[in-house]
Amino acid sequence: MKILTTNYITCAVKACKTSSNAFPLQFRDAELVQEELELNEEFIKNILPRIEWPALVQTAASLGFTTLPSTKPEGDLDEQMIKDLHTLLVETQVISGKLVCGNCQHEYNIHQGIANFLLPNHLV
Amino acid sequence: MPSPPQERALLPALEGTKFLVHFAQTHESFRQAELDSLAVYYNLPLEWVEYSDSSPFAIISLPTAADARKLIGRSILAKGVYTLWAHAEDYDTLHSQIQKQPHLFPPCQHHTFKFTVDTFQSSRSIKEQHATIASFSYLNLQGGISMKTPELHFFVFEEFPDRKNLGRIFFGLKLGDSDRDSVNRYDLKKRKYIGTTSMDAELSLLTCNMALCAPGKLVYDPFAGTGSFLYTASHFGSTTMGSDIDGRQLRGKKDRNVVNNFKQYNMSNRYLDGFTADLTNTPLRKARYLDAIVCDPPYGVREGLKVLGSRDPEKGKTPVMVGGIPGHLRPEYIPPKRPFGFEEMLDEVLQFSVDYLVDGGRLAFWMPTANEDGETGIPRNRRLRLDHHCVQTFNKWSRRLLVYTRLKDEDVVEETEEEKREREDKRGTADQLNGFRKKYFEGFKAQDAEEEAGKSL
Repeated sequence: MKILTTNYITCAVKACKTSSNAFPLQFRDAELVQEELELNEEFIKNILPRIEWPALVQTAASLGFTTLPSTKPEGDLDEQMIKDLHTLLVETQVISGKLVCGNCQHEYNIHQGIANFLLPNHLV
Repeated sequence: MPSPPQERALLPALEGTKFLVHFAQTHESFRQAELDSLAVYYNLPLEWVEYSDSSPFAIISLPTAADARKLIGRSILAKGVYTLWAHAEDYDTLHSQIQKQPHLFPPCQHHTFKFTVDTFQSSRSIKEQHATIASFSYLNLQGGISMKTPELHFFVFEEFPDRKNLGRIFFGLKLGDSDRDSVNRYDLKKRKYIGTTSMDAELSLLTCNMALCAPGKLVYDPFAGTGSFLYTASHFGSTTMGSDIDGRQLRGKKDRNVVNNFKQYNMSNRYLDGFTADLTNTPLRKARYLDAIVCDPPYGVREGLKVLGSRDPEKGKTPVMVGGIPGHLRPEYIPPKRPFGFEEMLDEVLQFSVDYLVDGGRLAFWMPTANEDGETGIPRNRRLRLDHHCVQTFNKWSRRLLVYTRLKDEDVVEETEEEKREREDKRGTADQLNGFRKKYFEGFKAQDAEEEAGKSL
């Protein structure tokens, strides 16, 4: 699971959708992998306004990335900022571990980079 | 990476505002919808001057030749685009029309050129072709012939609608090719990892064109399966994300999987993620950040339509303990799934699109219908405008590609209480489940009976 994706993911349990504790999900035992990928500048620029910045800062910090500015960069982004965002959002992924809901404590497994958000029957 | 249309400056000889589009004679009901969608994407005032499903030739109008080349450069169902000098039903009329425009000749006279005679539903011998080419000698072209890299490529298209008589002739200069070669590039036979429900390359590309997939955009397929739409959405430059209730499909086996298909196509940087999820219990944060949603929901013939939950709504509402730990935490745990109504799922897809698409974002999805159903059963939502409704017909059923645009909230006319009651009455119960599947397995009996009755008359 890419770091950008975690910014779009919350707990699949319907009752948690309205809880501020459910987002972002928190990583546990996360194993990180970084893969070099061609920069897609247009995508980074387009997607930036659709990122929940405080949640991204929180997720990044929990994985040891502490260089993000505390507020979302506005206006024209400099080249270095775009590259840094690309590295964090698109090149970095959690290959195995768990995502945990801060509201209901349900754990979602990540295996071979693919997270499983299917719920057991008692949570549907 | 698809190669963008060549940006070299056009020769003055190629300018114009009326253009001939040469289509592939296939998926006819999708052809105009595809170009109309591309015109929306490029914000071009495309007008149809002449079009018929039965002909591969159409005439369009656009402000400039560069616009025509750009528009067709992304098309899958067009083959190429040409400036149109003249069209007529016989050669005498064609030549006299061309000769009435002598100002077109000088800009052509000092460039290398080539002539091609292309005949639809008939054939011409080399000798006949040469005679046709020679009849254009009044153009007085002096730039010299170049068979491989002509600066100007003249085309004579002949159409024999009934395979016997010449119906129409078109004369023009080639502006550019379409993106039709990509059908070959994404051919399932050449793809390393596919499944039983993979959508063929041509229709996948077409779907993504009509969803306006493009560079910088984020596109999601909630029924991604083996990723058919993800590759073609990324082909047009989008970054893609897919999920499926059956995670094994995304994961594949060993080195055959979605990630490696992206590698095969050299587009790894445009695959954001795949995850296992059920659309009716989506983990996606509810906000409007998706540019397009493309999908082919399982319609319950080959793959039964399932969502999370138990058939018995009272059952399994407390965790089951296995050997002292909750069973659902064991790695091999597979959550129970229940059958789900097809119509109900369509409503879910539409509501999801309303909740997650940006203004102007598109939903493009496939649904099957029994042929007798006609236009009924097309799902609607007030926040989605149905833009295209294209039909691929098989013997006893057909499938439709439905394309909707997410409207701005301020442009939506709210439903009245009365309309709401009517809609809810119509819906019926979810127990009816899947009307299409029922008909499929009944072998469309009603229709057969009618046909039989027709024969015996």
